[in-house]
Amino acid sequence: MFRFLVRRIIGALVILLIISAVTFMLYYAIPRDPARMACGKVCTKDLLEQVRQNLGISDPLPVQYWHWLEGIFAGRDYGGLGNCNAPCLGFSFTNREPVLGTIMDRLPTTISLALGAAFFFLIIGVGTGMIAAVKQGKAADKIASSFSLIGSSLQIYFVGYIAMFLMVQQLGIMDQPSYTPFTDNPVAWASGLLLPWLTLSIIFTANYTRMTRSQLVEQLSEDYVRTARAKGLSRRSVFFRFAWRGAMGPIVTIFGIDMGTLIGGAIITESVFSIQGIGRLALTAVDANDLPMLLGVTLVAAAAIVFFNIIVDAVYALIDPRIRLA
Amino acid sequence: MTLPTPSAAASLEVTDEIGSIPDSSSNPKGSESRSPGRLAWKRFKRDRTGVISAYIVIFFFAISICAPLIAKLYGKNPYEQYGQEKDGLLNDFAFPVKPNGGIDSNFWFGIEPQLGRDVFTFLLYGIRTSLMIATAATLLTTVVGVVIGITAGYLGGRTDYFVGRVIDILLSFPSTLFFIAFMPVVYGLFIPFSDEVPTWLRATSLILVLSAFGWASIARLLRGQVLGLREREFVEAAKVTGASSRRIVFKELLPNLWTPILIQSTLMLPAYVTAEAGLAFLGVGIKDPTPDWGVMIQRGAGFYADDITFMIFPGVSMVIFVLAFNLLGDSVRDALDPKSKR
Repeated sequence: MFRFLVRRIIGALVILLIISAVTFMLYYAIPRDPARMACGKVCTKDLLEQVRQNLGISDPLPVQYWHWLEGIFAGRDYGGLGNCNAPCLGFSFTNREPVLGTIMDRLPTTISLALGAAFFFLIIGVGTGMIAAVKQGKAADKIASSFSLIGSSLQIYFVGYIAMFLMVQQLGIMDQPSYTPFTDNPVAWASGLLLPWLTLSIIFTANYTRMTRSQLVEQLSEDYVRTARAKGLSRRSVFFRFAWRGAMGPIVTIFGIDMGTLIGGAIITESVFSIQGIGRLALTAVDANDLPMLLGVTLVAAAAIVFFNIIVDAVYALIDPRIRLA
Repeated sequence: MTLPTPSAAASLEVTDEIGSIPDSSSNPKGSESRSPGRLAWKRFKRDRTGVISAYIVIFFFAISICAPLIAKLYGKNPYEQYGQEKDGLLNDFAFPVKPNGGIDSNFWFGIEPQLGRDVFTFLLYGIRTSLMIATAATLLTTVVGVVIGITAGYLGGRTDYFVGRVIDILLSFPSTLFFIAFMPVVYGLFIPFSDEVPTWLRATSLILVLSAFGWASIARLLRGQVLGLREREFVEAAKVTGASSRRIVFKELLPNLWTPILIQSTLMLPAYVTAEAGLAFLGVGIKDPTPDWGVMIQRGAGFYADDITFMIFPGVSMVIFVLAFNLLGDSVRDALDPKSKR
């Protein structure tokens, strides 16, 4: 297990290195002056020259990238902008705030959104899938399957507004989505995020229902399930201790992928509900050509995806001893 | 290893794919190109859900192709701001005077708040734009994915390893984030930064960026398939009889790969439609005043609390299209590959 983790983490770091390098290079590939953008709207000649100095714009690209990398591990001195301790992702072009600090400010919002939504879509999705598998071919199965089909065709940028219109505007039974830190007021935290959680879970549930159902149906027709029943074990314990255990693997896999994408920035969701998380941060960074911020967010988002993949593989091996980690 | 004759190799190819149909080995070419397809077609025609969704999908494509004609018969265009020009359509707050978004016999789907454009033609042209971009992106992605996947699988060795790593990296990219980050980069390749971006360039860039990140999954799938096929007897036989790599790829491998290719691309198109609309919604894809599904939703988002009707039309039509296309994709898979049951 330990060797597996070390190897995968090294692999993940290589991938992150490449992703950041690609972002860096591509972003400088267009002919435009990053110093001019970093300098902001009120920019004098002297100031521009100083910004050029601070950013090291005159260096060749690989050297600039190297400095950026160096900043992460050793910190970096930005001259006029101030000193930045390791791990340093630089300063935003637009508001001169440290990138890492801004990301850390926004991260709890995104994580709250992802975890809450996951709580709902896991319970609803897996639960519905289980019912559909047990009642295979009956009305409950058909209803669950149809709902999951419709759910998987819905888009957050449509359903989100419809949900806000109905629940907030018309019926008034839910609060306008907003984020309050959990530590400030847990009730406001939950009620502010309830609508985004439920809307996201409508869309994500479908996948889990389908997957749980098909996996369980397959497992329940296996010989070992019949043997266990023949030995006299109750339906319930065969279902949970045998079939469900065998069915869990692929569900864990898609859960890991979904969590990676959600924490990496649910850009559209955050835009629909006007929640200021990582996704919104990325969107404003792109609009403002704020390269350091964009690089930082990309790195965090890619890291979320890559590390959830590792966790998934490890958990998979814990659930299913047939899979050896190599 | 025995040396099968070319005709035996060809018939093997057919039976492998279909399983148990009796094929006439005297004329392998004829049965090879027709009967598996005909069988699949027969299976498809029996699938009622599949046929209905196929009709819905065809309907969407038909209205998007005929959009100019329909608009002409209907007598309006998606650009003219009727509400601004004529009195009595929009009230003082620039919202439609009539209830339900101003739906009447003149404006079938109502009038857009603020600018006062005709919703029906705007939606029609919007579907047209979105479907054109999604179809082009699907074709490009499929071609690139198929070429790279087959090459990697067939050549193996270092090429395969290299392509495999590139695919790994591409699949760990946070995709939405990259779409929005790299649209300006692609614009920059064509025109000087800070120039106004013309619509054709926006569409081209969308197609390029969507394909650049989309090919990886189809390439990975085909690579795996080719790895399995490469060791099969009919490929060995072709190699022994001295066939060129080109011939093996196009005549021996490709016919066996049409099923996964077709299934993947029918699943890809609706995903691209929603991705394209999502980007337009975020303001990085197609922009107003070009009609587009995503642009309509973005406009609708601005006044959803006051006039939800405007959003219902693009939203519901998109849900219907995506649902029908997903169902069609499932049916195509069942018809072509009856062994795989979800």
